Amino acid sequence: MNKIKIGASLAACAVLAAGLTACGGDSESSGGTTSTAAYNAANTSVLNPSDKQGGELRFAMSSDWDSPDPGDTYYAFSWNFSRYYARTLVTFKNAPGAEGQQLVPDLAEDLGKASNNNKTWTYKLREGVKFSDGSEITAQDVKYAVERSNFTDELQGGPKYFAQYLVDNAGGYKGPYKDKAPAGLKSIKTPDKYTIVFNLNTPFAEFDYLAYMPQTAPVPRAKDNGLNYKKNIVSSGPYQIDSYDVGKSMKLSRNPHWDAATDPVRKALPDTISVALNQEQDDIDNKLMSGALDMDLAAGGVGPAAQPKVLGGTQKANSDAASGSALTYMTIDGRVAPFDNIACRRAVQYAIDKVSVQTSLGGPISGGDIASTVLPPTVVGHEEFNKYPSAGNAGDLAKAKEQLTECGKPNGFATKLTYRADRPKEVAAAESIQQSLGKAGIKVDLKGYPSGDYFTKYAGSPAFLKDNGVGMAMMKWAADWPSGFGFLQQILDGRTIKPTGNTNLSSTDLPKINKLFDRSTKEGDADARSKIYAQIDNLSMENADVVPLTYSVQLLYRPANLTNVVVSEFLGGQYDYVNLGLK
Amino acid sequence: MSTVYEPSAAPAATARAFLEVRDLRIHFPTDDGLVRSVDGLDFTLERGQTLGIVGESGSGKSVTSLGILGLHHRKNSRMSGEIWLDGRELVGADPDDVRRLRGRAMAMIFQDPLSSMHPFYTIGAQIIEAYRIHNAVSKRVARKHAIDMLGRVGIPTPDKRVDDYPHQFSGGMRQRAMIAMALSCDPELLIADEPTTALDVTVQAQILDLLRDLQQEFNSAIIMITHDLGVVAELSDRIMVMYGGRSIEQGTVEELFHSPQHPYTWGLLGSMPRLDRDRTDRLMPVKGSPPSLINLPSGCAFHPRCPHAQGPGSPCTTVRPELVATAAHSGHRVACHLSPEQRLDIWENQIRPNL
Amino acid sequence: MGAVVMLVIVSMVTFGIFFQLPKLAGQTTDQLAASYVGKAPTAEAIADVKERLGLDDPLAVQYGRFVKGVFTGQDFSNGPSVEHCAAPCLGYSFRTNEPVLPTLLDRAPVTLSLAVGASLIWLVAGVSIGILSALRRGTVFDRMAMATALAGVSLPVYFTGLVSMAVFVYTFRLWPNGVAYSDFTENPGLWAWNLVLPWVTLAFLYAATYARLTRSQMLETLGEDYIRTARAKGLPERTVIGKHALRASLTPIVTIFGLDLGLLLGGAVLTEQTFSLPGLGSLSIHSILSGDLPMVMGVVLLATVFIVFASLIVDILYAVVDPRVRLG
Repeated sequence: MNKIKIGASLAACAVLAAGLTACGGDSESSGGTTSTAAYNAANTSVLNPSDKQGGELRFAMSSDWDSPDPGDTYYAFSWNFSRYYARTLVTFKNAPGAEGQQLVPDLAEDLGKASNNNKTWTYKLREGVKFSDGSEITAQDVKYAVERSNFTDELQGGPKYFAQYLVDNAGGYKGPYKDKAPAGLKSIKTPDKYTIVFNLNTPFAEFDYLAYMPQTAPVPRAKDNGLNYKKNIVSSGPYQIDSYDVGKSMKLSRNPHWDAATDPVRKALPDTISVALNQEQDDIDNKLMSGALDMDLAAGGVGPAAQPKVLGGTQKANSDAASGSALTYMTIDGRVAPFDNIACRRAVQYAIDKVSVQTSLGGPISGGDIASTVLPPTVVGHEEFNKYPSAGNAGDLAKAKEQLTECGKPNGFATKLTYRADRPKEVAAAESIQQSLGKAGIKVDLKGYPSGDYFTKYAGSPAFLKDNGVGMAMMKWAADWPSGFGFLQQILDGRTIKPTGNTNLSSTDLPKINKLFDRSTKEGDADARSKIYAQIDNLSMENADVVPLTYSVQLLYRPANLTNVVVSEFLGGQYDYVNLGLK
Repeated sequence: MSTVYEPSAAPAATARAFLEVRDLRIHFPTDDGLVRSVDGLDFTLERGQTLGIVGESGSGKSVTSLGILGLHHRKNSRMSGEIWLDGRELVGADPDDVRRLRGRAMAMIFQDPLSSMHPFYTIGAQIIEAYRIHNAVSKRVARKHAIDMLGRVGIPTPDKRVDDYPHQFSGGMRQRAMIAMALSCDPELLIADEPTTALDVTVQAQILDLLRDLQQEFNSAIIMITHDLGVVAELSDRIMVMYGGRSIEQGTVEELFHSPQHPYTWGLLGSMPRLDRDRTDRLMPVKGSPPSLINLPSGCAFHPRCPHAQGPGSPCTTVRPELVATAAHSGHRVACHLSPEQRLDIWENQIRPNL
Repeated sequence: MGAVVMLVIVSMVTFGIFFQLPKLAGQTTDQLAASYVGKAPTAEAIADVKERLGLDDPLAVQYGRFVKGVFTGQDFSNGPSVEHCAAPCLGYSFRTNEPVLPTLLDRAPVTLSLAVGASLIWLVAGVSIGILSALRRGTVFDRMAMATALAGVSLPVYFTGLVSMAVFVYTFRLWPNGVAYSDFTENPGLWAWNLVLPWVTLAFLYAATYARLTRSQMLETLGEDYIRTARAKGLPERTVIGKHALRASLTPIVTIFGLDLGLLLGGAVLTEQTFSLPGLGSLSIHSILSGDLPMVMGVVLLATVFIVFASLIVDILYAVVDPRVRLG
């Protein structure tokens, strides 16, 4: 994908959309809005643009939240949905395609201002924004929200990036529940009611991505009752939670103290929002198609039973195959012979039949699109390239043999592949890899382990892999924010390698790559950072120790009566819930 | 169905016996073939009289009694012939009419009083139920009647026992209760199917006494079905011996015990234990096993087991003998191909001395 | 007394299974604790969770704490404040931090509605079909009924449930907004209307069993001597069947019915899942899948109470029905 092109066609479309029907619908011409329901239409445009208010927007999902408390949740759907009742410093743009990967100010007046070599970040809050109880939202409420979500024992559900990046108090800050001192975490300063300053322990150019997380949604200290706060969340968004019946339902209605004038992001169209929890997935899909329901909250895509119904009939125009930001791949450990020879790694790259892997993962819809880069297309920094091409992605045995000869193993060799034995699709993919490598003379011994121990004892233990001569490992990875740094650092930066719980399964430790990561944290210009990520991707593929298999894809269904429907690339293949309305 | 009912077959004016069974046939179609449980049976019985029916298991005794009561399911049985009870024909009658006669005009006492009484209802309730179907009376009156009946069959403190369940009664008491139930509507015909088989000997005697007393009191006709000749001798006026679904000899107790004519009857008498003989001589059972009711032996059904049968080709193997009166008494009838002289000779010289 | 012993044993076994089996399978408390932390558990977070939930204490201590809580209540910290959970306190969910007992009491009416409604349907339908089948043995009706019953017994609820939904909800649109549980107290009509499909689906499974059972019991009873006696008394066939035969045939059915109902009250897992009913069954499934011990304990104990209670009722009923049990 090329960003400049998208930008250009977007402008053209915006003009057109004001008058008649549409731009987009076709995946080639991205951007803009459309009122014509077509397969993948919401991937490339905002479908059914409207400002019509009213009605009840009905969500359902097959499970419950980890917690709807913005400070205690880690699911993308929850981060998406929480924006109804929790405004964060910044948020992502409601737009199709790459434009939707951009961050825009929300509670803050602007994106973060970096200083001190990207180590100090300052946000200015909008004035006059109110909680649902009528009190004004201040910088202290944001500071408190970050403290409670990152430093207390009780709220363990969410990520701990702030704890990782912020300068800690001397002696270690224990969180507002244990440490009642008014200063709290000293590295977050609130010089006045509307200004909040974060002091980091390391340069971090992408701090805005942390400021987007629901953990920066303000929480009034007086109303916080820890683990039970999820049942009486004080809203800062356009809706307030009237009831949250754990395991059963949630109901939201308009927050009378929300003022559209302070909120450029949200349209807040429906009058009420309801969520039915722990519903059967098949039932959810059927209800969506029959019009008894508006949206599957979990955004995991329609279930296997409903897929053929959606793709086979008239319903197809109401669905989108949305690219997720997850990559299914296989790592090759350069420390394990004969993979210490790069030619042997490249032989594997050439030999793998990615089509059969895709099939074993469930085909193009469940299994995903065939991948040739580490960065998925929905992550900032992605560039399309393929260093190990083969006809129809079915593997190139001749090239593989060539590389094997160069490696000094013309007749192939034997190695081991580890995978999670309790994940049927991963098992099938491993078996498929075993077959296609077998054709090139590479004999693969399959080693399955329980997923509960996969990272603690087996694939995530570099010592285990080396000691047992396990040269290859199956892996699936998604990042918490859609940038090259968020996606790549944990799996390619040599300094992130841990003796256990390791996610850099290939034990990649290239000085060149490490340096690029350092450069990116200091680089203030987003486009320049984007280039760096593409470069890392390139270097990694050159090094041949990551074999990309598929980029995840999920089949999303959108009932025809919904307005402002658009797939957000920021969230990795979910509809952006915040502007949904009813016809 | 093969029920034959010809209302004008016999002139109504002719005096009929109280119970008259004519050419009764009860057949059961099964997967293996037609079971001819009763195959051409004739007998009569007057009020106040007792008819003993004896024979082996499967000879058709119980099937006959259930047939008279109309208790065979019409779907899986075929019944033909005539049964006249007090001037009414039952075989061709409406099942509901027969049902109304059951318990009132004719009642039955079953062999095993424990399994024959409903375990979940009190004795009283079961008697009351029987009484109230046929008599439009209040529960209280029926209950009084039940207590009264229990008293009459010799159950002590009947006003208390009336609320007991069958399992709380002893075997003899249970049979008394059963009799009380059967007699609760003063039936004119009482069929007792092995009423004492399940009881010990002393109780047996009491029950038989009771039946005899009650018969005198109610003047009922009794059919006493048993394989125990002793019981028959004790109670009956007439005896009918059945074999293979047919009657092979009928007569008074006197005739049957003192001048039996049929070799099978001889066998039955021979199998009666006698205390005044040596042990080894005591029993002379009938050899062989009862005949198959699906494939009855040709000719005389008894011929395969008959020690006196004439050889192959004789009428014994080819012609079914009819029940005919003996020369001496018109009431004593026998179905056998042996000539009266031969039978008398064998009885007097071979059988009697050994009994 | 036996019931109390039963509860203690069941609670200990549940506790043991939950904590000990994973350990035998090589899982550490760290991994258990890790499942209560978000997607990227740090060692520190795991330690915090272990401390908060007391996972490192010996099993006996943890069990003791649980039992003590039941009798004396327990205090739980939710962060800034402490909440008191009054006796009988079954604790707080590891997963949702909801108090267990109120959650159970909240879910029980759903399961109760489902179980009672369905059981009435299957009892009436199953027994009547069974009787008719027995009386018309060998007829077309009997064969059809028994074939249907065989299907009912063999087809799992999630199959019949999905098929019935596909037909009645999504094809004929009898429930245009889908089937969702609504409270009896809010709108009894809607409550019943929304439960019709789950009732019938669940009842189908059981009615099949009951029809077969009733039929065989009835056939057996009809062969009994006392039925012949009843006929010999001159009772109309209606009374013979409806009173004498039915009463005897129903005795084993009463027993099974009581136990079935008791089991169902503990949670009709498949039906609740299929129809997305927020009852005890779906609660137990979600609790088991998410490793939520206090909730699992709660559901198991409540189910045990129901079953113990049901068998008690059955014993009493049995004595009412069968005098031999009462006095013998």
